[in-house]
Amino acid sequence: MNKINKDNFKQDAYKYGFVTEIEDEKIPKGLNKEVIKLISRKKNEPKWMLEWRLAAYERLKSMEVPKWARANIAEIDFQDLYYYSSPKDFKDKPKSLEDVDPKLLETYEKLGIPLKEQEALAGVAVDAVFDSVSVATTFKEKLNEIGVIFCPISEAIQKHPDLVKKYIGSVIPVTDHFYATLNSAVFSDGSFVYIPKNVKCPMELSTYFRINASETGQFERTLIIADEGSYVSYLEGCTAPMRDENQLHAANVELVALDNAEIKYSTVQNWYPGDEDGKGGIYNFVTKRGLCKGNNSKISWTQIETGSAITWKYPSCILRGDNSTGEFYSVAITNNHQQADTGTKMIHLGKNTKSRIVSKGISAGKSSNTYRGLVNFHRKAENSKNFTQCDSLLVGSNCKANTIPLTENNSNTSSLEHEATTSKISDDQLFYCMQRGLDAEEAQSLIVNGFCKEVLQQLPMEFAVEAQKLVSISLEGSVG
Amino acid sequence: MLEIKNLDVSVENKQIIKNLNLKIGPGEIHAIMGPNGSGKSTIAHTLAGKPNYLVEAGNVDFKNEDLIAKDPYERSLLGLFLAFQYPIELPGVTNASYLKQILNAHRKSRGENPIDAGEFLKILKEKSRNLNIPMEMHSRFVNAGFSGGEKKKNEVLQMDLLDPSLIIMDETDSGLDVDALKSTSEAVNKLRDGKRSFLIITHYLRLLEYIEPDHVHVFGDGSIIESGDKSLASRIDNEGYKVK
Repeated sequence: MNKINKDNFKQDAYKYGFVTEIEDEKIPKGLNKEVIKLISRKKNEPKWMLEWRLAAYERLKSMEVPKWARANIAEIDFQDLYYYSSPKDFKDKPKSLEDVDPKLLETYEKLGIPLKEQEALAGVAVDAVFDSVSVATTFKEKLNEIGVIFCPISEAIQKHPDLVKKYIGSVIPVTDHFYATLNSAVFSDGSFVYIPKNVKCPMELSTYFRINASETGQFERTLIIADEGSYVSYLEGCTAPMRDENQLHAANVELVALDNAEIKYSTVQNWYPGDEDGKGGIYNFVTKRGLCKGNNSKISWTQIETGSAITWKYPSCILRGDNSTGEFYSVAITNNHQQADTGTKMIHLGKNTKSRIVSKGISAGKSSNTYRGLVNFHRKAENSKNFTQCDSLLVGSNCKANTIPLTENNSNTSSLEHEATTSKISDDQLFYCMQRGLDAEEAQSLIVNGFCKEVLQQLPMEFAVEAQKLVSISLEGSVG
Repeated sequence: MLEIKNLDVSVENKQIIKNLNLKIGPGEIHAIMGPNGSGKSTIAHTLAGKPNYLVEAGNVDFKNEDLIAKDPYERSLLGLFLAFQYPIELPGVTNASYLKQILNAHRKSRGENPIDAGEFLKILKEKSRNLNIPMEMHSRFVNAGFSGGEKKKNEVLQMDLLDPSLIIMDETDSGLDVDALKSTSEAVNKLRDGKRSFLIITHYLRLLEYIEPDHVHVFGDGSIIESGDKSLASRIDNEGYKVK
């Protein structure tokens, strides 16, 4: 009697955990020059790209795996991974959807991403990446008419080499850190976006990443360039099958905003988190960085992180242009044995630059959730401002929340504001909602969604409702 | 409607309610009066199923069901409504979406579809008008930053919306000024339809001057020590809570 199901830890199955039975083609396991050459050949890359990859590989040899994250990471044998996997008979990207294997289309339908344009979400163009290749990109022609380039990066390397050459590695240097360098050597596919001068991209662009093959790492690379006075809103989503092994996902995402340009980048990350006992799940080690290169430019990151066994990422902004703005809105939810170490870096270089950080961490089960952030004002960043708000919500008493905000202020005229709270869902709140007819899980989900509201409302409308549901699903079975 | 038999309740190992007996028939209005700390509110919380309120003995029959065996939300869906003395804040949750969600929970339990947005707005407007609640209040977060009067009105709005068969009001008059008390009571009186029952827990006579009870009980030392009609309330008000 009088119970709010204290120990009900039954977890609903991860909805996206199915495997697509499709013959795949992998190149041999292991990390070496031959593998890199093979990837480059598969992608039909020009020589300069191969050389760029090989230079990264040379550099990688002398680098060590970083170990500073607040996470227990099992040793990864980089020689025991497949670095490239694609559906068989996939030599060339299909010209049209009719040529795409129906099993692949079916996979995306099951994931709620219909690729047939007549059925697709109006106002959203999708690039679908399956393991190491892009299988389809919708609304390409329509976007082409106004000069917007939205295509797999492998295609951009061939068709728009000047743009790629100019910007790839310009935000995340090849030598940045182990996983970024590894990605530079072996990256497979990802999206490329170019918005021409003064064009406001009329639809949401989105990429849907799916890991399907086993023992395979996904190393995608995304590059978005917003030319002067342009605007784009981009969203990525990610899922993977349920497997016992830990799989590695090490992506690099680079954004460049020129004068008066604005990029809004949203992520709904729902990689397989592992089972209730912490077995399996994706290692999500991602490097995301945006450069506000031009004056009055703006980059805004929004992330909803619900999946992965371990999430380790810090979408950052380098505010080089005067009057530029960086934003970071994050909801990170961990349940069972999940670990998240995430946050942002705001590097203020230009005058009158502004940044805003709103981070909401929710921990349940035996999980651990860390916000780690850096706000840096350069000596020349006069009159710059940062506002940081970090809120943690604990569900139950076996989870952990940490907040590690770092600030470095070398400018006399700049100011920082920091607010942090840690709270628990109170029994009074749950009881109040339950007295009005909501069961324990509905009550919890209502309260948690309220806690995240400020971030969720940053998402494009088409995805906000989905994200709300995801927030509830991620916490199922954690009431207590 | 409700029958409490030989009820013992303890909270954190301390017995608060001792051998309580009370029967409320359909359409009846009962008031429980008593001094501070006598355990009046414990009755309300126990009936609503608040965790940590342990029923040590006795039973409660509500609409021919064993109330104590049920979860708090099941009691709500069965038609029991508790108006809180201190309504709880839900930051980030707008009042409108909250009201809609609790209404839909009740509709679902009756096998009805979720309410359509337009129809909900219509109902919300009408019921808010009766309580002099400005629509603007519904875009604020539930009870967050609400004045004492706004919180209590919001409780009455919820009871109106959910159409319960038994309404328990826990010191609804506390924190209300005379005008708010009057308008809140008027709204409650509109909910009296001869079938719906009320259990009003209060410290003072003044609420009972607006909502006239059929039966008045004096609560002391964990149990009902005296019962009577409306006149008992006036006597208490004049003479205080002294045991005869």
